[in-house]
Amino acid sequence: MKIMVAIKRVVDYAVKIRIKSDKTGVETTNVKMSMNPFCEIALEEALRMKESGVASEVIAVSMGPTQCVDTLRTGLAMGADRAIHVDAPSTLYPLTVAKLLKALVQVEKPGLLILGKQAIDDDCNQTGQMVAGLLNWPQGTFASKVVVDKEKKAATVDREVDGGLETLCLDLPAVITTDLRLNQPRYATLPNIMKAKSKPIKKMSLAELNVDLRSDLEVVQVTAPPVRKAGVILSSVDELVDKLKNEAHVI
Amino acid sequence: LGTLVIAEHEGGSLTASSLSSIEAAGKLLSKDSSLSLLLAGAGPTLQEAAAKAASCHPSVSQVLVADSDKFKNPLAEPWAKLVHLVQQKGEYSHIIAASNSFGKNILPRAAALLDVSPITDVIDISESNTFVRPIYAGNALSTIRYTGSDPCMLTVRSTSFPVGSTSADSKTNPVPIHQVDLSTFSEDWNSRHVKQTTQDSERPDLGSARVVITGGRALKSAENFKLIEKLAEKLGAAVGATRAAVDAGYVPNDLQVGQTGKIVAPELYMAFGVSGAIQHIAGMRDSKVIVAVNKDADAPIFQVADYGLVGDLFEIIPELLEKLPEKK
Repeated sequence: MKIMVAIKRVVDYAVKIRIKSDKTGVETTNVKMSMNPFCEIALEEALRMKESGVASEVIAVSMGPTQCVDTLRTGLAMGADRAIHVDAPSTLYPLTVAKLLKALVQVEKPGLLILGKQAIDDDCNQTGQMVAGLLNWPQGTFASKVVVDKEKKAATVDREVDGGLETLCLDLPAVITTDLRLNQPRYATLPNIMKAKSKPIKKMSLAELNVDLRSDLEVVQVTAPPVRKAGVILSSVDELVDKLKNEAHVI
Repeated sequence: LGTLVIAEHEGGSLTASSLSSIEAAGKLLSKDSSLSLLLAGAGPTLQEAAAKAASCHPSVSQVLVADSDKFKNPLAEPWAKLVHLVQQKGEYSHIIAASNSFGKNILPRAAALLDVSPITDVIDISESNTFVRPIYAGNALSTIRYTGSDPCMLTVRSTSFPVGSTSADSKTNPVPIHQVDLSTFSEDWNSRHVKQTTQDSERPDLGSARVVITGGRALKSAENFKLIEKLAEKLGAAVGATRAAVDAGYVPNDLQVGQTGKIVAPELYMAFGVSGAIQHIAGMRDSKVIVAVNKDADAPIFQVADYGLVGDLFEIIPELLEKLPEKK
């Protein structure tokens, strides 16, 4: 069974973002970019499935400008067998990405498509659900545990839901999106980084996949959130209890 | 044209987050549009919830009920098909669900079936097609315009649309309840619900509690975390935790407050031993009053706290337990 993993290049999670002065978006030039942390977890899960014999091949895919190749290279260094880069403009909305993923799935025919539950830039949390809908595949979103039964061609997925855990059984092929606690992604070692340089990255165009860029969304503006008024540092518990009671009136 | 709210019910009543979704839908209504509620499930509690929903809010004009064993569990596959079916019959201009683990799971899938881009985690509605949502863990706000064809599909953050006085105990006349015709409903999906594990708790729900007490990594152990629980009990509060505390195994993961956990906006938020990572602040910055207790005077949490106390939480919590008044 092949596993396809979707990977997004985003502003590194440790970077303090700056909003562009013309309010068109967030500054990304000369900013450290990395693989979206949830995508790292998705890739790690696929690699472990391959190591345990459940999967035969792990394909990393990404869409966007040329720089996405760097992120795919990181994925190859972590252990993916090969990669596909769909050459596209940088602003792709989730529905377009879902359509591109569907087209790639039809080419590669994987048994599992694994994605991060959300990207830490737009925080949309949509793409996995949408591609599952487009493919009419079952979905296991926000997964914290995945067990694949190779014989039965099914995956048992524990999902993090409000108030607890939900366990689903999905017939393969299926879409899984990863939550934080699914696993701890590995680091790429130096020998593997060297090895990754010779692994293949196939380039594809939007036209080849027959997906157009029409979008039904436009960004009007991006602004800074309102700043909270600076508070006060108190000197004792007595003072805190007094403030909560007599100034804030919350207890 | 009307708006459809995908509602959830529990124990024969609409959930608090569904009432917030109705509140958000109310902001989209003009005088010639209507608001429909969609409820699905199986059995008497569904019909009971539908009867209550029929008089829950003055803006609601009809309740649609899909009663079938297929909807006993909130599986995305049948639910997305149901939304698709209901849209084909009703031709709604907007479809809204709460931005919780239910809405986040099913609404984007339904949107893909309808070939529209959903807008998730909406915190403000500026116009009928223009919405504000946080990006980058709440470090920026993005105003998005929907330019596609109907329906415009949203998930809304419940804490941003508090339930107003209109719906609290309105004695409006019940609106009609219609059963959704499921005779054309196709049943081809390949997922099964196995089980649901819920954390039984006497405490109020984290998402809607009036007071939230949160502990961070500085608690050092699950045993010590009981101090947070004791304080929460005294104040009738919900317990929250940082990602670090959850990852360290002090508490279960559904207590995590932050960008990828729960978003809360209580009247009082008290953070103990929480440094204030941006991802955590994203989950609680809309709280009305924030109290922070931390040993490190430079911890970023103090930049958003209304009241800060620099000190050892293992001394401060016992003192608070002694000096805070019992909950009313």
